[in-house]
Amino acid sequence: MSSTNRHLLEVNDLRTYFETEDGVVKAVDGISFLLKRGETLGIVGESGSGKSVTNLSIIRLVPNPPGKIVSGEIIFDGQDILLLRPEEVRKIRGCRIAMIFQDPMTSLNPFLKISKQLMEVTQLHLGHSKGQAYEHAIKMLETVGIPDARTRVDNYPHEFSGGMRQRVMIAMALSCKPELLIADEPTTALDVTIQAQILELIKKLKHETGTSVILITHDLGVVAGMTDHLIVMYAGKIFEQAKTTELFARPGNPYTKGLLRSVPDPTAEQGKLYQIPGAPPDVSHLQPGCPFAPRCERAEEICRREFPPFVELTRDHHSLCHFADEVFAASGGNLESTRA
Amino acid sequence: MTDDPVEHHPEDQPALTPLGVPRVETPDPDVIAVGPEMAVAEADVRWTEGDEVIKGRSLWRDAWRRLLKNKLAVFGLVVVILITIASITGPWLIHKTLGFTPDYIPSNDVRLIKSFPPFTGPDGKFSWTHPMGTDNAGRDQFARVLQGGQISLFVGIISTLVSLLIGISYGAIAGYIGGRLDNLMMRLVDVLYSLPYVILIIVLLSMFRSQTPRGQLVLLFVALGAVSWLTMARIVRGQVLSLKNQEFVLAARATGVSTTRIIFRHLVPNTLGPVIVYATLTIPQVMLTEAFLSFLGFGVQAPLSSWGSLAADGAQNIAIYPWQLIFPGVTMALTLFSLNFLGDGLRDALDPQMR
Repeated sequence: MSSTNRHLLEVNDLRTYFETEDGVVKAVDGISFLLKRGETLGIVGESGSGKSVTNLSIIRLVPNPPGKIVSGEIIFDGQDILLLRPEEVRKIRGCRIAMIFQDPMTSLNPFLKISKQLMEVTQLHLGHSKGQAYEHAIKMLETVGIPDARTRVDNYPHEFSGGMRQRVMIAMALSCKPELLIADEPTTALDVTIQAQILELIKKLKHETGTSVILITHDLGVVAGMTDHLIVMYAGKIFEQAKTTELFARPGNPYTKGLLRSVPDPTAEQGKLYQIPGAPPDVSHLQPGCPFAPRCERAEEICRREFPPFVELTRDHHSLCHFADEVFAASGGNLESTRA
Repeated sequence: MTDDPVEHHPEDQPALTPLGVPRVETPDPDVIAVGPEMAVAEADVRWTEGDEVIKGRSLWRDAWRRLLKNKLAVFGLVVVILITIASITGPWLIHKTLGFTPDYIPSNDVRLIKSFPPFTGPDGKFSWTHPMGTDNAGRDQFARVLQGGQISLFVGIISTLVSLLIGISYGAIAGYIGGRLDNLMMRLVDVLYSLPYVILIIVLLSMFRSQTPRGQLVLLFVALGAVSWLTMARIVRGQVLSLKNQEFVLAARATGVSTTRIIFRHLVPNTLGPVIVYATLTIPQVMLTEAFLSFLGFGVQAPLSSWGSLAADGAQNIAIYPWQLIFPGVTMALTLFSLNFLGDGLRDALDPQMR
């Protein structure tokens, strides 16, 4: 674990395609990003924009067939994960890169006690004996704030509520002190109040352990307070990439602007909630131009004809748009409308 | 088969709430009025459920409770247990108390050998010695039925275990790996299905005919097990297919668990409900096949006896000595009934709960 390596994770031009009867679905098409140690990266986007596939690709869990990582590099701590043998990847999974899933109701095995499921991880990766693993499981449950952990550890998943189960999932994910935690919409299936607790917990544990986090969500409210950097994905591509504060304050892409406008604001007077017209495109039949063009308010002739360039707005801020500069300039002058 | 709705709703609805809240003034008060009430009702249900669960703990205990409510199933369970205990200990007890083994022939004098009716001694008067009478050679019918039960149950259980072992592994692997391998494996099952299995067993048994009765018995286990795993494999495969795309499998893979371990530790336990039900129904089926084969003379060979071979012997003398057929026949029928009741009860107990 070389601490000299500044970037924990480096994804270069990742392409994951799915072969379907309808043609090739380019779920992830040329994604690149960097993640430093201890940083939190947010990935936002609508359903089907390729967020989850990106992250399944990172630990090579894309269902194959039909999915296939066509090209790219995923360099984790100096090693290209795509070049490793399956057994080596298995040693990384759950140990150095851990994952939390969307639905805590289904992501625990209903037939195994919580203790068994928690013990499995540490027995597998840390070589714990049964006793050690059991004590560790209790410790982890206490860490994630499950009261009465010693008796609860021998319960079955159905005896826990949704929020508690997500805590158990977090406990499991953090059991081996992973260097990277991928949280795939960890709060989507939860109650709003529980959402806040879970996010607070992830934040706290991240702070204590120094784990890097990739947080996938379609909820902009969630990423705002949690992440350092933000990636906005659309149709398998990165549309905008920037520091979170920067992106909220000065979006440089019409799509990001649309997303920010469609966040409901409880303090605002009652009115119609903004929505981006249309629906995400079918990624198996993309037109030559910008994939967002049919829904974009800003679209002009060139957007329908040519694929937009990935414009560098500032050093850390990139946007995929023909008019990135103009949009950026416009939002820079008008902070009000974006509700930073 | 889906999640308990009581548990599921509270998690699903709040996601809508933040959007719903600003719209209090929308002209649809019903929705808002109904919402909280329903939520309260659901919360109540959840509480009571929670209390029971804390007492009952595992899913198995829940199923057990449901099973005990089913009178027919309990009757089946009790009868099966009684017959099993009687079969195991009976011949030994009779030997200890009355002094004869199931294959004890009282006299070598052919003139004295006679089949006595139930509760009749050699002198033709009432006697407790032979409650089921004796057979042609004068052997005690009761002891022989009990010993036959030993073999019949043994054949049923061992063959079912063999079929479980093959069927679960085969079905789980085919279902989990999927793709071309699955196709190949299941086509093989289809081919085996289409063979008439009784004829297959008869061919197997006569081809490898063993010299000793015990060897013949082992052959019978293998033959019966080898043909009865097909349905089991299909059931398990179907279960695994529906389970393997669930998130807990993905979660297990994401924690670095190996494929073998996922199949046998994560998936197989989840298929156990239907498997247990089918296994309890396989036991009587196998026992019936065994009886049928023994009846035809392909199964258990003398001096060992099974209910099938006893019935076969009895059938030859049905006009003169009806008790030789009635007792093994009735005992077997009772056992098969009970096992079927038990299987049905288990299905009712295990099915609605599937997670």
